[in-house]
Amino acid sequence: MRGTPHLIIVSSNIKTIARPALAEEKYHSKKPDRSQFDARADRIFRWFVAGAATLVLVVLAASGVSMLWGGRLAFETFGWHFLFSSDWDAVNKNFGAFVPVYGTLVSATIAMLVAVPVSFGIAFFLTEVAPYWLRTPVAAAVELLAGVPSIIYGMWGLFVFVPFMADNVLPWVNENLGELPWIGALFQGPPLGIGMLTAGIVLAIMVIPFISSIMRDVFLSVPRGLKESAYSLGATTWEVVWDIVLPYTRTAVVGGIFLGLGRALGETMAVTFVLGNAHQLSASLLMPGNSIAATIANEFTEADSDIYLSSLVALGFLLFVVTFVVLVIARLMLRSTAAEGGRA
Amino acid sequence: MNFRTCLAKGTIVAVGLGFACAVSAAEITGAGSTFVYPLLAKWSSDYSAKTGSKINYQSIGSGGGIAQIKAGTVDFGASDAPMKTEDLAQAGLTQFPVVIGGVVPVINVAGVDAGKLKLTGPVLADIYLGKITKWNDPAITALNAGVKLPEATINVVHRSDGSGTTFNFVNYLAKISPDWKTKVGEGTSVQWPVGVGGKGNEGVAGFVKQLKNSIGYVELAYALQSKMAYVGLKNHEGKFVMPTLESFQAAAASAEWAKAKDFYLVVTDAPGAESWPIAASVFVIMYKQPKDPMRSKATIDFFKWALENGQPQAKSLDYVALPTALVGQIERHWQAQIQ
Repeated sequence: MRGTPHLIIVSSNIKTIARPALAEEKYHSKKPDRSQFDARADRIFRWFVAGAATLVLVVLAASGVSMLWGGRLAFETFGWHFLFSSDWDAVNKNFGAFVPVYGTLVSATIAMLVAVPVSFGIAFFLTEVAPYWLRTPVAAAVELLAGVPSIIYGMWGLFVFVPFMADNVLPWVNENLGELPWIGALFQGPPLGIGMLTAGIVLAIMVIPFISSIMRDVFLSVPRGLKESAYSLGATTWEVVWDIVLPYTRTAVVGGIFLGLGRALGETMAVTFVLGNAHQLSASLLMPGNSIAATIANEFTEADSDIYLSSLVALGFLLFVVTFVVLVIARLMLRSTAAEGGRA
Repeated sequence: MNFRTCLAKGTIVAVGLGFACAVSAAEITGAGSTFVYPLLAKWSSDYSAKTGSKINYQSIGSGGGIAQIKAGTVDFGASDAPMKTEDLAQAGLTQFPVVIGGVVPVINVAGVDAGKLKLTGPVLADIYLGKITKWNDPAITALNAGVKLPEATINVVHRSDGSGTTFNFVNYLAKISPDWKTKVGEGTSVQWPVGVGGKGNEGVAGFVKQLKNSIGYVELAYALQSKMAYVGLKNHEGKFVMPTLESFQAAAASAEWAKAKDFYLVVTDAPGAESWPIAASVFVIMYKQPKDPMRSKATIDFFKWALENGQPQAKSLDYVALPTALVGQIERHWQAQIQ
């Protein structure tokens, strides 16, 4: 606006005179604090945005501290033994977190082992292999899975999947894989249907939509020029995806995987239907177990002693810690692979 | 515009009157046992049709009910497990039974219908301890000549949440099995040696239906209304009885209520030839000296009506109403204890 001639109406008691405005007058006359107004608005907006970010950090820290405070009785009474004890005895007031923590980690690991290759396959299919008319419907169907409530997965798991596993899959696993030398102990057990393996697979199905939709979005964002130069040099589709697309999208893919892992670690209702809620430690994947979220959901309302309640809150704190550790590992993995010279 | 404002004002007046009406009738609040909730809902709707007083009951679990009455946020709490005399005295509370239910073992074994299988208390305890692991174990086949039992692992189902049903079940097991008493003990939540846990009666029933060759325990009303395959048990006198309303009534009648201080009586292993061994009562807990005597009186009036006139509703929902002698004892207790 500076330098553009404007008219100023100068009124006096006698007559009004119109004359062209001088540049400095324009800038300093009509709205003398426009720049200050802008600067103040900028400051306020910056505080607001910083406040939103700080609020998130404060809430995170506060929830962690409040769970630690609630669990202090359990930590004081049992000490480090709480982390390694597999007792869970409400009658003798003796609690230990090992079984729920173990169950959470093992079921989430199985879920990831199943979900990551399947999601990668889905994303690969949708971006490179499928005919164009098929891509959008299949993508929409996969994302629809994400909208199904977790308790529906639990009910489906119990009423459809568990009998299927008990009748068809688990007897085969028990007889054939249970006889192998070292890892056989992982696969031995009565074909109950309910157990770590079933829970891991149900969790995998719940987590696949998240991972696959993120993978598909970032695969689509790879520049066509990059892929086409690889194709023109004679690379196969597999080589293009494995050597060009995946390294390009590594950060986002790992981020998506850990998003799915976060969901698998915290999942409550589906797990409580198919994991068996049994406070027993067993090496076999066919046996029932328990997870942190399922234990808290089942037992919180009827916890009748202070130490019982405190142990449940301490379990919540441990879940918090486990999730945090997993995220830190993800960050370290990304930093080390970026340092090796790929794209960060 | 004129009509609309008139309509708006009229609606506000009507709503206000509605609120006023709701406030003027007595409203009693209660919380606790999920087991008794269907019956309390039926009783309260019939009672409010008769007298206009409303009862607002939240089924949050026995533990929650006890916590809420101790905090004074409700007029009465309901619990499947009775409170001990010292706890009652400490909090200034008193309790009385309102209805009898019980725990019924249910099974899912192909070819074995409801009532065909018979067990004894010690055998049941050994199954739940993990000592008896197969259906065709000699201890079980000895009791069931003529019933074809498979050579399959017994899949044990218990409760994953704390519950009065569990309390009554393990109380019975502790009474008849010294092994159970030392190894596991009793309470609303115990460390189960074997088995998977279902959430709520519905969870246990669901698991038993889905898992082959399984055994679980549910409330009587559940077993009868869901038509599950229940099991006959040997009672204190040595006779095998089936879980029917009559066997539960026999257990209630034979229990020695007159001797129980503060009605602290867990009716498991009741004497009597026809008694079911795992009967249980639901207790209502109230303050002896309530802060609001009017509401306390309204609550007592409701329970007086329910105990004297509520038998048909109880029977229709598969609960067992209290015997008349016990009702008389409870009413005398009210006059003595509650101001």
